[in-house]
Amino acid sequence: MKGSFKVKAGLAQMLKGGVIMDVVTPEHARIAQEAGACSVMALERVPADIRKEGGVARMSDPALIRSIMEAVTIPVMAKVRIGHFVEAQILESMGIDYIDESEVLTPADEENHIDKHPFKVPFVCGCRDLGEALRRIAEGAAMIRTKGEAGTGNVVEAVRHARAVNAGIRKLQGMNHAELVHEAKQIGAPVDLLAECQRLGRLPVVNFAAGGIATPADAALMMQLGVDGVFVGSGIFKSEDPLKRAKAIVAATTYYDKPDVLAEVSAGLGKAMPGLEIPAIPKEELLAARGW
Amino acid sequence: MRNDAPLVGVLAMQGAFAEHQRALEASGARTRLVKDLEDLEGLDALVLPGGESTTMTMLMERVGLLEPLRDAISRGLPTLATCAGMIVLARDVTGGIEGQRGMGLLDIAVRRNGYGRQIDSFEADLEVAGLGGKTFPGVFIRSPLLESTGSAEVVATHEGRAVAVRQGSILALCFHPELTSDRRLHQELVRMAGVGRS
Repeated sequence: MKGSFKVKAGLAQMLKGGVIMDVVTPEHARIAQEAGACSVMALERVPADIRKEGGVARMSDPALIRSIMEAVTIPVMAKVRIGHFVEAQILESMGIDYIDESEVLTPADEENHIDKHPFKVPFVCGCRDLGEALRRIAEGAAMIRTKGEAGTGNVVEAVRHARAVNAGIRKLQGMNHAELVHEAKQIGAPVDLLAECQRLGRLPVVNFAAGGIATPADAALMMQLGVDGVFVGSGIFKSEDPLKRAKAIVAATTYYDKPDVLAEVSAGLGKAMPGLEIPAIPKEELLAARGW
Repeated sequence: MRNDAPLVGVLAMQGAFAEHQRALEASGARTRLVKDLEDLEGLDALVLPGGESTTMTMLMERVGLLEPLRDAISRGLPTLATCAGMIVLARDVTGGIEGQRGMGLLDIAVRRNGYGRQIDSFEADLEVAGLGGKTFPGVFIRSPLLESTGSAEVVATHEGRAVAVRQGSILALCFHPELTSDRRLHQELVRMAGVGRS
């Protein structure tokens, strides 16, 4: 049997403890693989450039995605617009390994996310808190990531979102069924998924950090906050020495609880990507506010 | 957990190591995540989990874990290897990145992602030799394809292809028992660990 939820969520389980890197060329993809990335996200522009250039951001050119799929042996992900199920059908037909229904692109539907259950290819979706994570899982997402604020090189929003998910799960401990029903209404998520989180003490699918991770210390910070792995978008190929930084972030994600290793891998990496202060971004340009 | 329960190390570079840890503890073992050289000390058995073999190998080389691990396994440390773990142990690896080589401890040739991309990942019930009773739920995720099994003993097949092999103290699987609630293969490793100690 192909395309079951178990194999969809299972691939995310194989990515745990790893780093998924944004790449815009086959050459980037090879560098990411050489550095130890467990997967790459194929796209035309990294979020920092999408942010700078503005305009409608869409699914990348299938020719580019295919060239990246051919360049590496690790799994390849690609982004579709929120609600744009046809972009998702196209990626599925190409045999992409994971689809990111992403707020980094311009939403195609302001009410509905994609119904992800009918797809044989798994989806990862962003969240800011437990309710949003569980709504996406209810729609069929097989992996969750924090939204963070992509393309800023500023980890503050990813921290906020990871802590919000943790707090949401902690709050469930000790609730009886009536209280779970009430909480489900409050956070807008199905009660059976809340009950599952309560039983497991964590999300029922793998949860990565994304949005603003730029240094090995950022990656280790997110791991210590309890995420299963990290996405690094603009942080690698917008930095001075991408291969060196990529290797360092991979090592930091494995040795996240060993400050001596973190000190060693953080040394002499050259300039990180320039960062952005969140309050300096006009409200309508905040990507994390897309999706609901 | 009893203090005299076998101690099983789970290689924790990257991949589904926490799932193995949970399955082993439910099977009566103590566990230790292996990230450094000193973590190999005093182990009764080892798990090489699924994940990305390129990532794991790169990290092991970087911290100098590859050779000591190879030594420990070649000296007979009971080892359960799943998916990427099987690739790490293999004699021949094809479909990998340039220069990717296995440890050469298992007399098999594997093709990475030999069953295709994620869209071809599948579940299938398997007859596993020696387990008896009901079939084992096989979960295959971007699985390697066993192209030849040399002197290794085939213990399970799927559609005529070997998907599990045993050679000496190594049990290697194309599929993921840690993603199921069937503990029989983890129990088998814990049994092998106990035999090695007595």
